[in-house]
Amino acid sequence: MGDHSHGSPSTSGTVATAGQSDVEKFQDPGLPPHRPRRADKDPRAEKRAERQVAILFVISIIGTVLFFVGYFGIRLDDTIATLRFQNFTLGMGTAFAMLGIGVGIVHWAKTLMPDHEIVEERHEVRTEEDRRDAEQIIGQVLDESGISRRPLIRNTLIGAGVLAILPAIGIFRDLSKDLNPEVLRHTMWDAGVRLTRDPSGTPIKASDVTIGSAFHVIPEGLNEAEHKLEEKAKAVVLLMRLNPDELHVSPGREDWNYNGIVAYSKICTHVGCPVALYEQHTHHLLCPCHQSTFDLTQECKVIFGPAAHALPQLPISVDDEGYLVATSDFHEPVGPSYWERG
Amino acid sequence: MSASTDTYTPKTRVGRITNFVDTRVGGSSIVKEFGRKIFPDHWSFMFGEVALYSFVILLLSGTFLTFFFDPSMAETHYNGPYVPLKGVEMSVAYQSTLQISFEVRGGLFMRQLHHWSALLFVASVSFHMLRVFFTGAFRRPRELNWVVGCVLLILALAAGFTGYSLPDDLLSGNGLRIIDGVIKGIPLVGTYISLLLFGGEFPGTDIVGRLYVLHILLVPALILLMIAIHLFMVVVHKHTQYPGPGRTESNVVGFPVGPVYAAKAGGFFFVVFGILAVIAANFQILAIWDYGPYDPSPVSAGTQPDWYIGWVDGALRLMPGVGEFVIFGRTVSLNVLLPALAPAGLLFTLMFAWPWIERWVTKDNREHHILDRPRNAPFRTGIGVAGVVFYCVMWAAASSDLIATHFHVSLNDVTYWLRALFFLGPILGFIITRRICLALQRKDREIALHGRETGRIVRLPHGEFIEVHEPLNDYKLYRLVNFESPQVLPAQPNKAGHIKRTEKLRGAVSRFFFEDRVAPVTPAELEAAHSHHAEVEAPAEKAEVSGH
Repeated sequence: MGDHSHGSPSTSGTVATAGQSDVEKFQDPGLPPHRPRRADKDPRAEKRAERQVAILFVISIIGTVLFFVGYFGIRLDDTIATLRFQNFTLGMGTAFAMLGIGVGIVHWAKTLMPDHEIVEERHEVRTEEDRRDAEQIIGQVLDESGISRRPLIRNTLIGAGVLAILPAIGIFRDLSKDLNPEVLRHTMWDAGVRLTRDPSGTPIKASDVTIGSAFHVIPEGLNEAEHKLEEKAKAVVLLMRLNPDELHVSPGREDWNYNGIVAYSKICTHVGCPVALYEQHTHHLLCPCHQSTFDLTQECKVIFGPAAHALPQLPISVDDEGYLVATSDFHEPVGPSYWERG
Repeated sequence: MSASTDTYTPKTRVGRITNFVDTRVGGSSIVKEFGRKIFPDHWSFMFGEVALYSFVILLLSGTFLTFFFDPSMAETHYNGPYVPLKGVEMSVAYQSTLQISFEVRGGLFMRQLHHWSALLFVASVSFHMLRVFFTGAFRRPRELNWVVGCVLLILALAAGFTGYSLPDDLLSGNGLRIIDGVIKGIPLVGTYISLLLFGGEFPGTDIVGRLYVLHILLVPALILLMIAIHLFMVVVHKHTQYPGPGRTESNVVGFPVGPVYAAKAGGFFFVVFGILAVIAANFQILAIWDYGPYDPSPVSAGTQPDWYIGWVDGALRLMPGVGEFVIFGRTVSLNVLLPALAPAGLLFTLMFAWPWIERWVTKDNREHHILDRPRNAPFRTGIGVAGVVFYCVMWAAASSDLIATHFHVSLNDVTYWLRALFFLGPILGFIITRRICLALQRKDREIALHGRETGRIVRLPHGEFIEVHEPLNDYKLYRLVNFESPQVLPAQPNKAGHIKRTEKLRGAVSRFFFEDRVAPVTPAELEAAHSHHAEVEAPAEKAEVSGH
């Protein structure tokens, strides 16, 4: 460093004072002189560049050939490896075909075409005269139409225009046959419906559910249901067994679990992803989409993340044969909140 | 028109063809206008080209895919060559995607090319917009083209999302499920919109077909229209250029379209295509056969949306679970609504409005064809970086689970930190960026005034050591001194002599933006600096001479 970096910003002139932007500016020295390239000066370099461009084009031709070798030469069988190999050959063939042409042309432009920068003046796109004329014409058009002098016509037209848009919106009503939000309140679960394994549909005995285990559960008969996916999107349940002492059961829910076996909706109350991760040690349920965390011991209360209310609990019991059954539907709508949920 | 005899006699073969075409359909004026039109050259101008070219590749590969894809959600059982899925129940849409991948030769390549091009398309649109923003290319007369660009970004996102949902695999189904959950959070009409969109309850059997029409017809048609308007305006305005010797507000310096620019730009299309082909050949993307058909029950942990959706998903993750309440028996879920709408709304509103905000603050209504170097507009660069940081915090939040598992930190801590950064990051980004810009400007000043540090240390006869500085040539000097540095413009009284409240606000913003500024070097300053040097460093210059 020299001796020039002394001084505070205010004394060194680094910070300008008012009005300084009006002071004279440096003169534009104009375009820098053109620096000739090697190919401009040396005929051998020029010849070499020409050969390089041609070679690149030949590489492109080879790439196209490679594509057809892969297309006709590789017979797809049932293995992923063959598929991958064909994909690689077709892709690289295309890549060479394209890059050969592309790099070749760019190289050609950069080495052999003239590289003198050219100056072009910007032209005034529009003149103020035209603008005045346009304003006049529009004014005349409006005047002759009389739209500003006849508010009755103008206002009825606006009214008619606004109304005429409504059918264009209303006609979409039949995008859905059924618009009753009440359907979101009910699931396939009902008193006596057995809890079965997802996806096989085999019923679950209470004795199969050991402490610490977790089951993905669907209602019996779901696989045969008419609207299977729609029902499943509401009805999937997680079944877990805890030590009954660890469960904090709120009044009114005493008979919703069976010997520490509890069932909760698997649909996250945030935006509806399946809450698929069960942490056995902490008794936490975690939604992999947005990390909402529910505490199983506290009736799946939200303890972290963006969900705002607990996972709905499915009241369960056992039937005469020892299979787990629901004793009713969920007592609240499952899944994300919606306006009519209440 | 009665004169049917040609007075113009072409001399060359090209001339005869031109004559034939022009006397029948015209077109010579187009050649005259564009044949030698000048385009300035700079690497940063390539982003827009990449965007255009990847869109063309999207159209080509997408058209191929439509010949084989069937958007039906009817149930079927798989009976194709991929053994692990044999007999599995799935939708026809998913099955036809498997078919494209496994049975159509080149189908997998086209799928991968299409998906990678889509990622590149949104990325290049984004980088192009950042380039335009940071160089101030949106200023008059190009404000409207900036707005068209913002619309194009939204359309690009829409195209990407509608396409992502088509294969009806587990990932796309879960993506739709999230959309459904967000829509249901809209007050008053949310539930109905959801029921209408899905043709009943989620997932229904309509959504893929409906998104397909949007994806292959409506959205691309709008994009094409907007691109046409965008390019038309580029021609009307002529391209901007970076500042430099010989470049003024009233000229364009660069290469003519024919042949150099056309060759470079045309060749570049093939280069972009080639690079995308390399990626599609080697890097698997969305291996739908690994995820299986959509089923509302399973979900795979650690999955990520396509990169451009990440920021909205991340915002959903960052929000704490508060703000859901019941009022008059109706549920309002701010915990979903707020993150889904507020950050995107804020970002896009500021983006659309920025040209007018800046013009309001600076009262600069002049035309600008010379770009700003980002360092020479510290306030704008600071604001831009603040926006980028804001976006990137949300983007990072979309990977909060992967950050936690990869770096062995608590997921909750990652979320807490990102929540803090959501608010602090943009502020820090603005302050630090502005300081860096000012520092770079001061460095430019120093170089302009005192020349380049050569690294040569010379000992003077009386024992002092100095470093020799080499003065810049005129061209390099001009690059460093030729810029404008806006100043604080205090609130001005209007004609009636009042200072309105909005004007006071404008004055305050102007102070905030331009209080700290670095002025360009003036010829007088350079003069002073040189005479100062001559005094102190004269012996050094002698030493330099003797060294030759």
